Amino acid sequence: MKRLIALTLLLAVLLTACGAAVTSTPVPTTATEVPTLAPTAVPPTATPEPQTLTVFAASSLTGAFTEIGKAFEAANPGITVTLNFAGSGALRTQIEEGAPADVFASASGKEMDTLVTGNFITKDAPQIFLTNKLVVILPANNPSALEKLEDLSKPGIKLVLAAETVPVGNYARQALDKMNGSFGTDFKDKVLANIVSNEDNVKQVVAKVQLGEADAGIVYISDSIAAPDLKSIEIPTDLNVIAKYPIAPLTKSENADLAAKFTEYVLSAEGQAVLQKWGFAPIK
Amino acid sequence: MAKIRKFFYRLKDEGYSNWVFIFPSMILLAVFALPLAALVLRSINPNFFNDAFSEQAFKALKLSLVTSSITTIVAVVFGTPLAYILARWKIKHKSWIELLLDLPIVLPPSVAGLALLIAFGRRGLFGSTLSLLGISLPFTTAAVVLAQTFVAAPLYVRSARIGFFQIDKQLEESAHVEGANQWQLFSEVMIPLAGRTLISGAILTWTRALGEFGATILFAGNLEGVTQTMPMAIYLGFERNIGVALALSVALIFVSIILLMITKKLEKHED
Repeated sequence: MKRLIALTLLLAVLLTACGAAVTSTPVPTTATEVPTLAPTAVPPTATPEPQTLTVFAASSLTGAFTEIGKAFEAANPGITVTLNFAGSGALRTQIEEGAPADVFASASGKEMDTLVTGNFITKDAPQIFLTNKLVVILPANNPSALEKLEDLSKPGIKLVLAAETVPVGNYARQALDKMNGSFGTDFKDKVLANIVSNEDNVKQVVAKVQLGEADAGIVYISDSIAAPDLKSIEIPTDLNVIAKYPIAPLTKSENADLAAKFTEYVLSAEGQAVLQKWGFAPIK
Repeated sequence: MAKIRKFFYRLKDEGYSNWVFIFPSMILLAVFALPLAALVLRSINPNFFNDAFSEQAFKALKLSLVTSSITTIVAVVFGTPLAYILARWKIKHKSWIELLLDLPIVLPPSVAGLALLIAFGRRGLFGSTLSLLGISLPFTTAAVVLAQTFVAAPLYVRSARIGFFQIDKQLEESAHVEGANQWQLFSEVMIPLAGRTLISGAILTWTRALGEFGATILFAGNLEGVTQTMPMAIYLGFERNIGVALALSVALIFVSIILLMITKKLEKHED
């Protein structure tokens, strides 16, 4: 009995302590505390305040945003860009659960809209910053000798897609719907019957094909450019799905100015050039 | 009330030194209790039953229970002789074998998944041999069992080895004097005496297999009804709808509690 009472007391103390900790120490404080002590020793204009910008970005942006992050750091001394890559849906849930993000770059408008509805992002803030399209990838040795899109319905091939909840997995299924029109109404069902795994993000699909475990996968064209050792089958424009990626600063960002600056940078000529290099279609 | 007063008296008597023990213990317990309590609290909402009893959830739970049960059977059938050898025989390089058994316990499951893929994948070290026999492991339910066995079976072997090791040497000698052969000694003396540790080891393996995630997602992939176990459904639910992830988590906690309570009961019973 007394242990139980002690435990309850402790839980109460701990909970209040945690609550206090959350409200009194926002994440970036550690980074900004240094300069508040500094002014006596250093002239105020000598160095800009060190700041950390946290960017949540879709898995498919891994290569491009790593490079953009470094370029942004180089152009803005004292600023550190922290990147968190995952499936757009997982990132959206993390933001909803209070993860300290400043900018969200999503692979689908759907996840962005959900965050706008939840007031995590201002209504007019999201801007499309690139477009991407789908491609079929094959291992270099192409074990099932696939040559055209129709071959995806060959019985027994091992196809890996992203899960339907992941943007690229959803786009792939939309493209298969369009292919039904060209290749027969049961085409999609036959292709879906060949799925051996629904991966949780696009990079896992690429990895399974690269390892040769799968005979084919459907990914973004940017991913196939990032993995030049793979073979690919193009999907014609009329059967393809154009993915539009939106980016926006978050309303709860502690670094609103910096978040806006980063978004601008991604949309600038420099940012767009990097995206193009990684296989995305720039918007400007 | 009297009990509370007694509690504070006791603290006073012992010069508050009890707190040296109580306070750190409470903090650590809170680390375990708070997240689990939060999970259960958050899952209580009108959609709970819809989320927890969806077809996907049912398939995932069934697959988890089936694969983890097979894993446990595999661990017992192959692990009991191994544990017996390690505990009772004099063999060379025993410490190396024990090291090999401890490695899967300390390695992250992602390493286990990668290792399995590199060994038994289509292009893996033994992949071409397997495909000659018409066997392809990745993306199959067998791959789920293999991943679980790699990660969870060592727990059974470890527990069984300790069980066999604790049995008095004199019992073994007197069995020999009575003319018992190796098998009789094993089945009539050793198994009954080590029974408790064997069962608790098996349940430990079962619960660990039930929770396996990292090795499975790398080696077996994720397909509803074939390789999508509960932990996988929870992870993907997180992406789609946190309500589903919460409901499945609570269901898995519930199943684990039942299994752990059975273990405790068995241990008490044997005492």
